[in-house]
Amino acid sequence: MGIVQGDQMILNIGPQHPSTHGVLRLEVRTDGEIVSEIKPHLGYLHRCFEKHSENVTYEQVIPFTDRCDYLASMNSNFGYVVAMEELMEIKVPERVDYIRIIMGELNRIASHLLALGVYGLDIGAFTPFLYMFRDRERILDMFELTCGARLLYNYMWVGGVSHDLPKDFEKICIGFLDYFEPQIKEYNNLLTYNKIFIERTADVGVIPADVAVSYGVTGPNLRGSGVKWDVRKDEPYSIYDRFEFDIPVGEGQFGTLGDCFDRYWVRMLEISQSVKILRQALKDIPDGNVHQALPKKIRPPKGSVYRRTESPRGDLGYYIVSDGTPVPYRVKMRSPAFTALSCLDEVSRGWMISDVIAILGSLDIVLGEIDR
Amino acid sequence: MTVDFLIDWFAAMGDFPVIAFLLAVIISGIPIFLIMALNAIVAVYVERKVSAFMMDRIGPMGQGPGLHAGKWGLLQTAADAVKLLVKEDTVPETSDKFLFKMAPYIIFIGAFMGMAAVPFSSVLQVADFNVGVFYIIAVGSIGVIGIVMAGWASNNKWSLYGAMRSAAQIISYEIPAGLSIIVPIMMAGTMNLQLLIQSQSGTVWGILPNWIIFNNPFTFIAFFIFFISAVAETNRTPFDIPEAESELVAGWMTEYSGFRWALFFLSEYANMFVVSGLAVAGFLGGWQSPIPGMFDSAGWELFWFMGKLILLIFVMMWFRWTFPRLRVDQLMHVCWKVFIPIAMFNIFGVGIWKLIFG
Amino acid sequence: MTSAEIKAVLEHQFPAAMVENEDLTEKQVELKGNQWLEIATFIKNDPDLSFDQLECITGYDTGEDGPLQTRYNLHSMEHRHKIEVVISHNRENPNVASIEQLWRIGDWFERETYDMFGIVYEGHRDLRRILCPDDWEGWPLRKDYEGQETYHGIVVQKMKEEEGWE
Repeated sequence: MGIVQGDQMILNIGPQHPSTHGVLRLEVRTDGEIVSEIKPHLGYLHRCFEKHSENVTYEQVIPFTDRCDYLASMNSNFGYVVAMEELMEIKVPERVDYIRIIMGELNRIASHLLALGVYGLDIGAFTPFLYMFRDRERILDMFELTCGARLLYNYMWVGGVSHDLPKDFEKICIGFLDYFEPQIKEYNNLLTYNKIFIERTADVGVIPADVAVSYGVTGPNLRGSGVKWDVRKDEPYSIYDRFEFDIPVGEGQFGTLGDCFDRYWVRMLEISQSVKILRQALKDIPDGNVHQALPKKIRPPKGSVYRRTESPRGDLGYYIVSDGTPVPYRVKMRSPAFTALSCLDEVSRGWMISDVIAILGSLDIVLGEIDR
Repeated sequence: MTVDFLIDWFAAMGDFPVIAFLLAVIISGIPIFLIMALNAIVAVYVERKVSAFMMDRIGPMGQGPGLHAGKWGLLQTAADAVKLLVKEDTVPETSDKFLFKMAPYIIFIGAFMGMAAVPFSSVLQVADFNVGVFYIIAVGSIGVIGIVMAGWASNNKWSLYGAMRSAAQIISYEIPAGLSIIVPIMMAGTMNLQLLIQSQSGTVWGILPNWIIFNNPFTFIAFFIFFISAVAETNRTPFDIPEAESELVAGWMTEYSGFRWALFFLSEYANMFVVSGLAVAGFLGGWQSPIPGMFDSAGWELFWFMGKLILLIFVMMWFRWTFPRLRVDQLMHVCWKVFIPIAMFNIFGVGIWKLIFG
Repeated sequence: MTSAEIKAVLEHQFPAAMVENEDLTEKQVELKGNQWLEIATFIKNDPDLSFDQLECITGYDTGEDGPLQTRYNLHSMEHRHKIEVVISHNRENPNVASIEQLWRIGDWFERETYDMFGIVYEGHRDLRRILCPDDWEGWPLRKDYEGQETYHGIVVQKMKEEEGWE
């Protein structure tokens, strides 16, 4: 941080702080309330995912991916199994693809609900948080029904999923969607169009599109800056090319393009798009087997693969290298929250401490995934 | 029942003026303290329940006595109070210990003194000053000294931020609050709270009670400016930036625990009580009945005053659980560029109105 | 452009930098490290290539005797094509030019690779460990990594070889 001069002061936000969304330490140089530099210190949650992966079999890596992005474990699983199947060049039964997409989109809704609710909390509004948690709870109930777990599912396996959908799942899920869609309007009335909320988020923490691309910011954060990039559409994996949905991008309707409000708003719009995908998937889901016939111990052919998928936080990439044994030679996870956090310093300079909290919240980071 | 009445009563019994004064003050101070404690206990429970219902929860619940928190969680605040009192009282090693320990008492004294002038009914008022309005505004600002002391003495950067924000905020918002409370003073021509309330009897515009808020458009605006400024002065959301939980952890209260923290809590709710009381007395007719000429016996007076006051406190809670928080500069912007000009214009307008119609 | 076309452009511009490596797939291209900054500047700014997004940097250890590698996954938002660049470093003194000022995310990715493999990115303005503590010893993801015996007085438990993870 160098020498602290004059009126400047070094402020440690974290590791224990209500708004760091995990165990993150921000070393902030401030002049009064104005922030002039931020140095994030990571690693408080480092659990050696990549080192662990080199010592367990391919199937045993999946529970570790759960624990990386613990708010969207289904999507973490999804990314890994898609990469594995690309490496092994296998095709899964059609029903599996549908189940995966249903689970992935449900988890996307759950993750976005948490992100939006917690964002309200960061800004100071307590109530929307609990409204969103109330609805997220129903999604978790559905996951519990399907695979018995509410947070860390280990549901998607290479070549299939662990359990078939329970009886009546389609009916329960459609019931949920019918209940859920009007709730989005309620969230908007409660939080989005609140004057104070707009004042606090519009024009704050603008990430221009070129800066966002240079920092590798992806997902809703990148789309908030107006770049139309979504792996589901642009590099379709699984069977995403069969579904019809839009990619919402930020428009800067209350301020500059790429501000905190745009990132928030893109997430809100994405929830509706996920609902749209879910309705299509639930309508078309075929019957069939949910396991691909695979040997008990997977031995992918020698080679490497880099595959990215769209997790709720952005491009979740897996770089997997196989040497023909049942144990991965190298597994690397490209974490979207890691790249999103890296631009915090540049974006926050010149803003106030309250704005830093608002910007950090709008990036929707999960420390489990950043530190791995 | 005023202090003056007690002093006179003791004076009639014998010639010991100093002892009589002290006795009178202590005897009238005890009910204030009880009201403060009761107010905090009830208000905390109500706040928990109000917030719970607004958030689609049920709040504290319990099934009967024992380890549970009473029926419908009624004993929840009592349990909280006991917990706070038996908690370890920590004083940070590097703090300025004298100031650190003093601060809660100063804040408490500020709130306590304000309670003394609240006119519960035409007879129930501890101290009936001829400058009651001025007095409440004046002692209300003692609290900020305690807040700055607490923030500075804690030797914690978060506390310091909270204290500085609080000082700026409270001092700024006292100006629109003070300018708005001038309006009722102009209308009634007195600073005495009882006379101010008495002047609001009868009707205006034919049907409405003759409360100052309904008197003319300027007083109507003045009430809202006063009430919003009062919310800001009590550091409640959306103006809770001094303790902004998501930014400053707990602001100037970060290092406090146990009984000292309980005093802060007590004072916050007492402050809400006092500023709402002033708003009710100044604008909403105090203990006057909303239906002029009916329900205005001594018991009803207390009922009406408390009813209006509780309504205002409820509105404050409603704010808190609905709105996000403002930022420091936005807060100052609202105060200096919006409220103060309007409040000044109001004074002018009321003056003209009185000249023409009064 | 396809990977083969991108490779052809690179071969045309920097014939000296190309390295033949049969282990790699057709989506990967191995380059020599000494010209890397120049090549990176070219492929980022060239209008036909315009690789404006650095997707990922992966450190890679080819084995206890082989070289270390840095693998860059590059992607172009404009043309929607991608390529993986592989650069090998010798094991004793692994270093390569830093590209953190071209792609800003390179800052943290390079720090991470440095943290795990000890590959030094020359020209990086703030090359520190990022995930491990500053006083950690060794490069954890190298294949010849030996864990510390103790860390700040805490005895580090070792995995028993014979029991393994099965």
